[in-house]
Amino acid sequence: MFRPMRDVASAAALNFTFDGRALQGRVGDTVAAALLANGITTCRETPVSGAPRAPYCLMGICFDCLVVIDGVGNRQGCLVPLTDGMAIETQHGRRHVEEVEA
Amino acid sequence: MTPLTDIGLLAERYDLVVVGAGPAGLSAAARAAELGLSVLLVDENPAPGGQIYRAITTTPVKDRAILGEDYWRGADIVGRFERAKASYAAGCTVWALGSDEAQPELFELGLSLGGKARMIAASQVILATGAQERPFPIPGWTLPGVMTAGAAQIALKGSGIVPAGRTVIAGCGPLLYLLASQLAAAGAEIVAVLDTTPKRNWSKALAAFPEFLRSPYLAKGLKLMAQTRRKLRFVSGVTGLAAKGEGALASATVERGGASETIACDTLLLHQGVIPGINLSSAAGCEHLFDSEQHCWVPRLDSWFASSVPGIAIAGDGAGIGGAESAALRGEVAAFDAARRLGRLTRDERDRQAAPIRAGLERTLRGRRFLDLLYKPALQFLAPKDETIVCRCEEVTAGQIRDTARRLGVTGPNQMKAFLRCGMGPCQGRLCGPTVVELISEVRGTSPAETGYYRLRPPVKPVTLAELAALPQTDGSVKAVVR
Repeated sequence: MFRPMRDVASAAALNFTFDGRALQGRVGDTVAAALLANGITTCRETPVSGAPRAPYCLMGICFDCLVVIDGVGNRQGCLVPLTDGMAIETQHGRRHVEEVEA
Repeated sequence: MTPLTDIGLLAERYDLVVVGAGPAGLSAAARAAELGLSVLLVDENPAPGGQIYRAITTTPVKDRAILGEDYWRGADIVGRFERAKASYAAGCTVWALGSDEAQPELFELGLSLGGKARMIAASQVILATGAQERPFPIPGWTLPGVMTAGAAQIALKGSGIVPAGRTVIAGCGPLLYLLASQLAAAGAEIVAVLDTTPKRNWSKALAAFPEFLRSPYLAKGLKLMAQTRRKLRFVSGVTGLAAKGEGALASATVERGGASETIACDTLLLHQGVIPGINLSSAAGCEHLFDSEQHCWVPRLDSWFASSVPGIAIAGDGAGIGGAESAALRGEVAAFDAARRLGRLTRDERDRQAAPIRAGLERTLRGRRFLDLLYKPALQFLAPKDETIVCRCEEVTAGQIRDTARRLGVTGPNQMKAFLRCGMGPCQGRLCGPTVVELISEVRGTSPAETGYYRLRPPVKPVTLAELAALPQTDGSVKAVVR
């Protein structure tokens, strides 16, 4: 879990949701940074064992910050800049192919 | 500099494409543009700077003392690039690099930007993709609450946030002290700094000490170490470490001098040095060697940073770890050679113009060997205990890898992939490759060089099916599937 330091430049607030909860980030945040700053410690469950994971490297190489952003899964939260109105969700296990209607 | 925010705005072809906007890539692109080349700099991050100068143009951290003057020096490097006549695509991922089948004298790069993919051509390519932190596999390192030390630094630079509770920093290497001092200055509650530097490294490193006395890093490093040791609880000689907790980190267990101690903490930051990121250069076919002193794979390069693939150069820490100052200079040296290969400079002109840069480069690398030898990680942190998860993506343990190597006689990491799926998750071996090689080498009694490394292929970063399907079809690709 992270918190803002005492003396930071002001930045415009961005509204977003995480699993439906209304939260706020700042312009300049990545999705992963905004989640950490809001005290969210788990952003996905692994496809193999379902273990909880959180952002680990924040530089695009570990893929532990994978989240669903506006309905698109497997997005690297640490590389996506947060934008106003984003709907971010926990990525649960492996992705499933939606059933195709005949 | 012209920022390109839509992939449709990129040209079909450039003289030079530079991948990565850290000090090496920014300097290479600026120098090449100053020499009259048409240049595109692509980088997957939202803003220039790489990791070392991350968010240099956007950071909300106001007090300059927190990140230190070495960080703010990045503003000049970005400034020079901004004044240069080059194009810059931020948030743009390179997922493929190879020779262009239709025009063998050109390279073809697969790029993604804003959810759209595109293939573009380049006569020359400079990879400035930099370094990553060396994997630090310990029991429990996958728990939420455990991160790399670099990740905390990125959060600080990019968003002005610090770990909220009791924080433990563990590992070895010069960056460990820097990070501890930056986080402490930013107000983080650091309850312990655990130093895992093996004591026996000192005897090997001492041989390189006279040269280190002339290093530009010596004075800075000593000051930083003294400050960190004075202000924080500093524990040296750590020989074992594990993260504990149910669903999230609760404590770190530390072994030292035959005794064990448990430290309650909310965040554990791990760091044991940095190693070149080799996924893109390997997938592009560049040859790599195992550097036994830096204990990592490095590309085989000539003195102009040209790789074994003519036309692809690798500058910055991706060429072997040298630090930020040397990265910028390496980028310039590679740019001079790209201009020579394109016929814009003669060999003599290149040599003459690059001479002062080369002299500076030599100075910045002075004393590096001492750091490499002193901070070589201990064996138990390179080849960890059996219960440790090694492949974070596929959740494969050190025990499974040892057992499979032993019982099935697995000779290398590619065969191991086939049995255990290690290295086949989304990170494509970036977080397990070095450890898997170490474990197989341990079981077989071979060197990492003999064991080899994962065979890497494009796409080196995820690209969606929709992006691929929307790519324009060439005659060749249509003929390959239509009968």
